[in-house]
Amino acid sequence: MSESATGTLTAPEQPAKRSRPGGTLYRGNEGMWSWVLHRITGVAIFFFLLVHILDTALVRVSPEAYNVVIGAYQTPIMGLGEVALVGAIVFHAYNGLRIILVDFWSWATRHQRLLFYIVIALWVITMLGFTPRHLINVFSH
Amino acid sequence: MSTATTDAPEATETAVPSFTVTFIIRRFDPDADAEPRWQDFDVEMFPTDRVLDALHKIKWEQDGSLTFRRSCAHGICGSDAMRINGRNRLACKTLIKDLDISKPIYVEAIKGLPLEKDLVVDMEPFFASFREVQPFLQASTAPEPGKERIQDVVARERFDDTTKCILCAACTTSCPVFWTDGQYFGPAAIVNAHRFIFDSRDDAAQVRLDILNDKEGVWRCRTTFNCSDACPRGIEVTKAISEVKQAIMRGKP
Ligand code: HEM
Ligand code: SF4
Ligand code: FES
Repeated sequence: MSESATGTLTAPEQPAKRSRPGGTLYRGNEGMWSWVLHRITGVAIFFFLLVHILDTALVRVSPEAYNVVIGAYQTPIMGLGEVALVGAIVFHAYNGLRIILVDFWSWATRHQRLLFYIVIALWVITMLGFTPRHLINVFSH
Repeated sequence: MSTATTDAPEATETAVPSFTVTFIIRRFDPDADAEPRWQDFDVEMFPTDRVLDALHKIKWEQDGSLTFRRSCAHGICGSDAMRINGRNRLACKTLIKDLDISKPIYVEAIKGLPLEKDLVVDMEPFFASFREVQPFLQASTAPEPGKERIQDVVARERFDDTTKCILCAACTTSCPVFWTDGQYFGPAAIVNAHRFIFDSRDDAAQVRLDILNDKEGVWRCRTTFNCSDACPRGIEVTKAISEVKQAIMRGKP
């Protein structure tokens, strides 16, 4: 009886595990995940720049409205947002250089995995340099 | 003495351990199912068995309706590319001992080609791209009468890697670009174009470079390296694609 009880206990877990209509997630390597991140950061930077160009253009329409919007950038929440933005740009820039090397230099094509970890290392170093200074500025205002 | 020698092999034979391995297979019967569904099977396996052997055991002993392609069973014909634990592999080259059998093993059809039944997909769009790159030798000159076309070792080496392709589609169906844009030529077609573009005996490189300089050609490649990782022949697929990109930019192989 206890066996069938465990059977019914484990049963509900099964359909949940199997509800992957599109199939399992493809388990790509570093190359695939770096590309996913590159596209996400690229699109994110694009939308930030779009908004930023629009709010900068506001200065020609109404300087008062411009001051209000730019004032909003000075809040701590925006300060944290800026860390995310800089993180995205730094990753995109370093990985963009990696992609250029991988495209044009056969040594880099063979060692793309190593280059990806170098990108991550450079990203960590850059962010360690940037984040503390930036947050001190943001929160000491 | 004689008993000892007959006993010994028997003892080692029974000592080979076998395991019960759970396979979770994505089934689809176009006549009965609206959506694919997962089904599990427990199979008794030796570490030296391959995923293909498990599929055979299931088909022969448990469920004769399980549908998959295979022919040579030894990594030559390219019929049995499938997604094993989330990665494109040939079932006939994937050993049980190389998988983590403490967890179930997921097997499903390759992605991005129309699913026909269980693990079988329609390969026609894949072969259509292959045909489009003109994968055959085209020479504009006749060889010397009675002579073959001479090629030195260095010139042969130039495209050696891409001669190994068995057209299994593991690369093309591992490509995120191909999943979302079925019009993309895909790695396999570019690999097979590479094989002739860099062949010193061939004179139609320019034609193939023009074909691949298309919006659905090599420029779709985002260097995710999924293809290089998936190729059962160990071809450096992304490198071959990069070489074709550069040949297009140079305007010559
Ligand atoms: C900081 C210097 C930058 C470098 C070195 C860089 C480099 C690159 C490279 C090499 C690619 C091609 C990726 C590929 O072939 O897969 C790319 C793609 C892209 N970049 Fe940038 N980029 C930079 C800045 C930006 C900026 C400022 C934006 C936003 C306006 C941006 C948005 C994008 C987008 C949306 C893509 C497409 C991603 C994809 O196709 O997967 N990038 N970048
Ligand atoms: S390049 Fe490799 S993965 Fe692609 S079809 Fe040929 S053998 Fe298969
Ligand atoms: S069955 Fe021929 S390659 Fe696997």
